[in-house]
Amino acid sequence: MNFANLFKIALKALSNNKLRGFLTMLGIIIGVASVITMLAIGQGSKRSIQAEISEMGSNMIMIHPGGDMRGGVRLDADDMESLKLEDLEDIQTKTRYVTYISPSVNSAGQAIYGANNTPTTVYGVNLDYLEIRRYKVEDGDTFSDHDIKTAAKVCLIGKTVVDELFPNGENPVGKVIRFGTIPLRIVGVLQSKGYNSMGMDQDDLIIAPYTTVQKRILAITHLQEIVCSALSEDYTQEAIDEISEILRTNHKLKASDEDDFSIRSQQELASMLTSTTDMMTVLLAAVAGISLLVGGIGIMNIMYVSVTERTREIGLRMSIGAKGRDILAQFLIESILISVTGGLIGVLFGIGAAIVVNIVAAFPIYIQPWSVFLSFAVCTLTGVFFGWYPAQKAAMLDPIEAIRYE
Amino acid sequence: MKKEVIRLENIRRDFQVGDETVHALRGISFSITEGEFVTIMGTSGSGKSTLLNTLGCLDTPTSGEYYLDGVAVRTMDKNQRATLRNRKIGFVFQNYNLLPKTTAIENVELPLMYNPSCSAALRYQKAVEALKAVGLGDRLLHKSNQMSGGQMQRVAIARALVNDPAVILADEATGNLDTRTSFEVLVLFQQLHAAGRTIIFVTHNPEIAQYSSRNITLRDGHITDDTPNPHILSAAEALAHFPKQED
Repeated sequence: MNFANLFKIALKALSNNKLRGFLTMLGIIIGVASVITMLAIGQGSKRSIQAEISEMGSNMIMIHPGGDMRGGVRLDADDMESLKLEDLEDIQTKTRYVTYISPSVNSAGQAIYGANNTPTTVYGVNLDYLEIRRYKVEDGDTFSDHDIKTAAKVCLIGKTVVDELFPNGENPVGKVIRFGTIPLRIVGVLQSKGYNSMGMDQDDLIIAPYTTVQKRILAITHLQEIVCSALSEDYTQEAIDEISEILRTNHKLKASDEDDFSIRSQQELASMLTSTTDMMTVLLAAVAGISLLVGGIGIMNIMYVSVTERTREIGLRMSIGAKGRDILAQFLIESILISVTGGLIGVLFGIGAAIVVNIVAAFPIYIQPWSVFLSFAVCTLTGVFFGWYPAQKAAMLDPIEAIRYE
Repeated sequence: MKKEVIRLENIRRDFQVGDETVHALRGISFSITEGEFVTIMGTSGSGKSTLLNTLGCLDTPTSGEYYLDGVAVRTMDKNQRATLRNRKIGFVFQNYNLLPKTTAIENVELPLMYNPSCSAALRYQKAVEALKAVGLGDRLLHKSNQMSGGQMQRVAIARALVNDPAVILADEATGNLDTRTSFEVLVLFQQLHAAGRTIIFVTHNPEIAQYSSRNITLRDGHITDDTPNPHILSAAEALAHFPKQED
């Protein structure tokens, strides 16, 4: 039997039942469209979270002093003074996987300008800090290495602090604010980064040379924290291992001793957040997959009814020379045509719906090519799978009985 | 001597219904030569439907031999019989069995759709010829639901003719038609007979036997009568004596 003829016959049979064909298709259309939309939403939110984490600095590594036992008493990690500038310098010179490194000492307090004041935190750092945390100076300039050496009374301030201290929109650059009792001259304003995914305002800060904060504000010589960035996200673990080794040597720890510092990276956070969104994607896809299955059962149902309804037609076709496999092929082609056409329309609807979600609800979407391909392949298979049984039933009919079927 | 189209040799057909065996055909033998117009008559239960199914290669006899155009049918499998039906037999049914919502030409083309050696152009050409032969040359694109019973039966006859079959099998082909239309269809069958077609017409209407060239009567699975008809009546003349229709 000629395939082109069978295709024509199936197409003709479908066009004789347009409404029914369309209603059957609807199940597949909704199934495929929902799979694509749901995956687009799931993947979109995963990507936006990943982007946010990398905005925070996904390759960032934070080194804190660790707790220790002194005469059987466990001490608060923050009271430890184990991190020194020498540690930082050693890490800087000896590691291969660390690109930027900055000390960090911070102090919370009140920032005052004229009649306005706001509670905020001053971070004492070096210039690498801006690279690690991906801050950019929007207005003015950064402080210089010379400022760090001389513990100059200069600072960069975040947008939130600007809004609080300069509500009338004056240009803050060059103004002198006070942090507690220390006057600081503003040399630059940081570009706004907004809230991070943990809900922290990343613009509510003052950045000053670490020497200034150490000497003039806190009066300490140790470092509260060292932040650095690995070559890339993938080298984070290698960098952590190197740093850990250097610090253990510097702190003269024996092999049996616990670390007197702790190293954290953003990776745990990143993997936690992405696993959450992955789970959401799987859930959404499962729901959508079920609707595709229901669509497939719809096809089976209609094809089954169609075979019964067209028993006489099948009998006639057989009596004028159609073989069982011709009838099987005709009904299979019909169900595949329904599911593939439905699939195509579903793909268009799904992409359309995802774009509407993106525009109306401002929800991030990402349409992955494989999800389109996959749902299309699945619905073609659905057509074959659910069309097979009714088609088989049609092919097995006895022409003598079928032709006289009332 | 004319070519033998059909030869039945002691055909038996048994059906198993529950524990009982029903003997539908109990040893039927006859042969039909090319160009005969045979009516097969019998009351219901006489075995004429079973005989028709056997002649149409839809059913295989339990024993005996059936040769259609010289080919032994009994040993063929389902697919071989399907191909044989497609090439050698034209069916005309009581209830027309046209595809719904389908044009006359598409209905007539249908048997050729299942013949891969027939091109689309040839298919169309043959279908047009067949429809012209039954007097529907001006209704090629009429759909089956826009036609009268007589027209539908003409389309069905054209469909039976389109593959140039060795034999046309008509099963109560006038059974659903009023008297006048029945005669119109009979006229058509007589024309086909005159053109040299072999026709087997199964019916329980004894009147029709007068218009055929030979009559076979079945009773309880046996042939009780097999006589040629020396005085074939003309259906066209009978039709001429019918009162004219009102419209």
